[in-house]
Amino acid sequence: MEVQVSDIRKHFGPVRANDGISLSVPAGTIQGILGENGAGKSTLMKILSGYQSADSGTIFLDGKPVRIDSPAHAIRHGVGMLHQDPLDFPPMRVVDNLLIGAPGGIIPRRREAATAVAELAGSLGLSIDLKAEVGSLTVGERQQLELLRLLWLGARVLILDEPTTGISARQKAELFDTLRCLAAQGKTVIFVSHKLDEVQELCTRAAVLRQGRLVGEALPPFEVDSLVTMMFERQVSPGERVTCAPGQTLLSLSRLGAEHGRIRFDGLDLEVRAGETIGLAGMEGSGQSLLLRACSGLNPASGGRVVFDGVDLTGKPYRHFKKRGVAYVPAARLEEGLIPGLTLTDHFLLTQPKPGLFIDREKGRRLAAERIADFNIRGTATSRVESLSGGNQQRALLALVKAAARLMLLEHPTRGLDIESVIYLWSKLKERCNQGGAIIFTSSDLDELLRYSDRILVFFAGTVVGPLDATATSVDELGQLIGGTGLDGRPIGSHPGERAHV
Amino acid sequence: MSEMSNLGSAARRPALRLSRQTWINLGLQLGALVLAFLLTSVILLVAGAPPFDAYVQIAKGAVGSMGSFSNVLVAWVPLLLAAAGVLVTFAAGLWNIGVEGQIVLGAVLSTWMLRLLQETSLSPALIIAAAMVAGIVGGGLWAALAGVLKTFGGVNEIFGGLGLNFVATALTLWLIFGPWKRPGIGSMSGTEPFPEQLWLPTVGGLRLSLWALGLAILAVIVVYILLERTYFGLRLKAVGRNGRAAFLLGVPTWQYGLLAFLVCGGLAGLAGAIQVTSVYHRLIPSISSGYGFLGLMIGMLILYRAIWVAPVALFFAALNIGSIQLPIVLKLDSTLSGVLQGALVLFVLLVEGFRQRYIRRARLAAVGASMVTVASTSEEA
Amino acid sequence: MDGATILVGLAGVLATAAPIVVATVGETFAERAGVINLSVNGTILLSAMGSFVVAVTTGSLFLGFLAGAVIGAAVSLVVAAGSITLRQSQVAVGFVLTLFCRDLAYFLGNPYMGEKGPILSVRAIPGLADIPILGTLFFRHDVMTYFSFVLVVVAWWWIYRTRPGLMLRAVGERPESAFARGARVDLTRYLYTTLGGALVGLAGPMFSLSVKAGWKGTISGLDGLGWIVLAIVIFGAWNPVRAALGAYLFGLLQWLSVVLQPSLQGIPSQVLQVAPFPLMILTLLLVNIGNAEWVERVLAALPEPSRRIVARILRSLRVVQPRSLGVPFERE
Repeated sequence: MEVQVSDIRKHFGPVRANDGISLSVPAGTIQGILGENGAGKSTLMKILSGYQSADSGTIFLDGKPVRIDSPAHAIRHGVGMLHQDPLDFPPMRVVDNLLIGAPGGIIPRRREAATAVAELAGSLGLSIDLKAEVGSLTVGERQQLELLRLLWLGARVLILDEPTTGISARQKAELFDTLRCLAAQGKTVIFVSHKLDEVQELCTRAAVLRQGRLVGEALPPFEVDSLVTMMFERQVSPGERVTCAPGQTLLSLSRLGAEHGRIRFDGLDLEVRAGETIGLAGMEGSGQSLLLRACSGLNPASGGRVVFDGVDLTGKPYRHFKKRGVAYVPAARLEEGLIPGLTLTDHFLLTQPKPGLFIDREKGRRLAAERIADFNIRGTATSRVESLSGGNQQRALLALVKAAARLMLLEHPTRGLDIESVIYLWSKLKERCNQGGAIIFTSSDLDELLRYSDRILVFFAGTVVGPLDATATSVDELGQLIGGTGLDGRPIGSHPGERAHV
Repeated sequence: MSEMSNLGSAARRPALRLSRQTWINLGLQLGALVLAFLLTSVILLVAGAPPFDAYVQIAKGAVGSMGSFSNVLVAWVPLLLAAAGVLVTFAAGLWNIGVEGQIVLGAVLSTWMLRLLQETSLSPALIIAAAMVAGIVGGGLWAALAGVLKTFGGVNEIFGGLGLNFVATALTLWLIFGPWKRPGIGSMSGTEPFPEQLWLPTVGGLRLSLWALGLAILAVIVVYILLERTYFGLRLKAVGRNGRAAFLLGVPTWQYGLLAFLVCGGLAGLAGAIQVTSVYHRLIPSISSGYGFLGLMIGMLILYRAIWVAPVALFFAALNIGSIQLPIVLKLDSTLSGVLQGALVLFVLLVEGFRQRYIRRARLAAVGASMVTVASTSEEA
Repeated sequence: MDGATILVGLAGVLATAAPIVVATVGETFAERAGVINLSVNGTILLSAMGSFVVAVTTGSLFLGFLAGAVIGAAVSLVVAAGSITLRQSQVAVGFVLTLFCRDLAYFLGNPYMGEKGPILSVRAIPGLADIPILGTLFFRHDVMTYFSFVLVVVAWWWIYRTRPGLMLRAVGERPESAFARGARVDLTRYLYTTLGGALVGLAGPMFSLSVKAGWKGTISGLDGLGWIVLAIVIFGAWNPVRAALGAYLFGLLQWLSVVLQPSLQGIPSQVLQVAPFPLMILTLLLVNIGNAEWVERVLAALPEPSRRIVARILRSLRVVQPRSLGVPFERE
């Protein structure tokens, strides 16, 4: 089935997630959609598959304009989406999973469904156990199940969103064979990914999105360089690099490994010295946040050691890390970082060391006023945090980090901030470095990584490349690594091992 | 600087909206009260009684005489304690439905203490004090049990508390009809009444004990100070509103949850002890008479603001006592007070939901628009 | 006590537990869709009173039962609206309603206390009633007890064997996935909560017009049964058949406590009847055991062969609760 989107626009507040995208995908194509975080890929796919509605623009299927109001509506038109985390039902059995949402009478025809899907599976070279509980399947198997379900319901367009995260190499190969088979049958596959080598291997066309717009299309053979340039091109704004003289080793990671759900990494060695800033690059879900959590005690290490300030803190809970001077600032501001319903003053009071019994409101207000001025937060001491804008919430979060914290672990510290705020906040953070602190931070902004880090680690599917010297690398190089192509031109080894778990 | 003047105008505009917002809120809450009275009046009409007469009778029954007013104060005491207690657990984000059982266990343990010490030569004042302490401990332990079930067993405190309520009642019945039964046969009238010297001293010929009243009012003040003026209260609220963020900011979350249970249980247990030493002077099967649940209702009605506990609890106590005469004077059942109380809380809840859903959306849209024009930079919403 | 008396007693258990069975199945439906209806206790009282009054006034048993169902549906509709549309806590709204309805029942029912109303009569099924043992047990009851038997079977069939039942389970388990499959989550929750409420509302007249005939106000012995229904739903692991068995077990305990009364000097029956609650707490423990962090840590620390055994035992004991129970659904 031919898919065409014409001038799709979608905004969330002032952010234009899709800014007039027009794209045409012929039937039988495996269309790759590339782009970094926030480029607009997910939004476009959600619109196409019915999870969101566009503000304006039209979708054409086989040349006819269609309205897609909901996911169920979409599948009726033949468009099915396979999410990174399949929307299935873990405690139910496979056969029941298939039947939910399928049309039919009051009695579900289990046997018919089972035979039909088994046949379908067979035709694609797959096999499924219909009696198994969905929760006991691996992620790859759940994906296969969902694919079969969509095909059984008559999908002729399949959208796959980063499908190869956390599946084994064998399952990936199976998936690719299946997709090629489907394309040969005339079905259209839309393959959203940030992994350049996979797009190279699988796709018959590629489109690159950046900042809500379609910036380029390509046909095989794909040139990695040009793709990377299209994905990551940035205006390199001039700015001074601030380097602090490195001091004693503050944090020492030896053969560190950690895992959380599908994400894992192993065997990481890193030494961070006082005054240093380490940037962590990579697509979301590649392991950077996991590393931050492992360094703060929120995630137990599955191997190796974490030594902070000379003390082995491996396996200790979060509060031990905190007490010794490790600060963790999460990216989800209102969900994990701030407490809705409480004011800025309340937050500053909460983080007081040794506060005593009664709240000293005067002191609290003074402290709040100080910090508000210091971090230029647009709000008053009595503002409730949920009423602050996102950027100001971020400043508040950073303002809450205790003065005594020596290691700051920051998850996307400047996400959503304008350039002035970014510069201002980094100047405050670098002050801390000058005083002997160290920073490890994640970011999707390659410019930020290059300008403020001393060294950079790049995460790709559980493998860590680096540390790279920030002064010696470039946006292009980073982009290439994030996309999975090593500096030698060969793909970065994706992590082996099939995890059987929920 | 331009930033400062932007800040000024931004601060000014929302402030105006804020005070209009406060008026709207007030209006809505009054509307809830009016609706509740309307519904109750309709119910009265269905029952064939003139609503106005019923309300007047309740008022007369509550404040008509010294005796009845002192009874209102007697009923006020356990309500104050229960409502103050549940505000602590509400602050921590917990639904302490088990507060009824905590009152009962307080009563049981204080009865036990009285029985233990009544033959000794200790001064009565000391014995009564010991009984109060025992009550606090009893309620606290029973609450801690619900808390432990929740923290370590993952048992929702609603069902844990519910189950423990029933177990507490069963325990009481077993004691009254078993080991603690009155000589002869055990009966629903409870255990053997304690001798007069072990009664909490009362005022004049009335049933009101100033000690009990004093303790209850003290408890409300303490809870208010605790919640509004101490770091303990602030941390509790942090845990209640966003446990994850509170944890990351350094608050030991499950410990605070358990502490909230302990405090509430202690206050509830005190209420039970007072019922035994001051009101009934023995253990009876329905020693808590629903005061725990009523305390939860008061907490919900005042939207969890501690400053309103005392007056609303007094109002509820007045409703309860005021309706006692209804069967005699108007041939209406005294549960009218419960109907009115339920209607009040129900409408406050529904109106609050209405406000959050429909009014707030309009206001956020308006404020959002003003902020976009004021803000000089484009930031992620 | 001889065999015949025991048989009659057991048949009586089936009949007296029938209202609990109906209410439990109703609440199971609501909770399967993800809504906890805490107003059950008050609803049973209100519908018992209301149906009795209607039956006495009109002389019609049918209208009485209809009134009961309508009352139950109305109350649960308020719970649904308060929690689904107005996004208030299900616990808060249900809790207020349970107290409100109870007091309303006592208040409006006051003039009717002690009156005599129509009583559902026993209708033995000809032929089947003469089968030895089974006949006495199952086929000599009133029509609502037969209804309770049929209801359990139909409920089980609906939930586990039909397509709409599959969707019900889907909505309760993972509303966002159900939405992706075309479910209208809020509507589904409204429907099943109201249906559940109607069934709970039927339990009321099954008392006041049958098993505990009449309206006796505060000494009707009905207060507290609603909480027991909630406990049994959990103990029944949200499965109508298991829940029915739990209800029968409860009825059995009630009967035993009466029967054994002479031998248990002076201890009232209430003590034995508390049993559903420790069972409920135990079930809830089993819902979460294995998920608790500290259990995971202890498990990880065990040596390998015993760890696998313990893990398997924990998994087999695990009770799965509808994961979206009590959680409002936000469409993205």
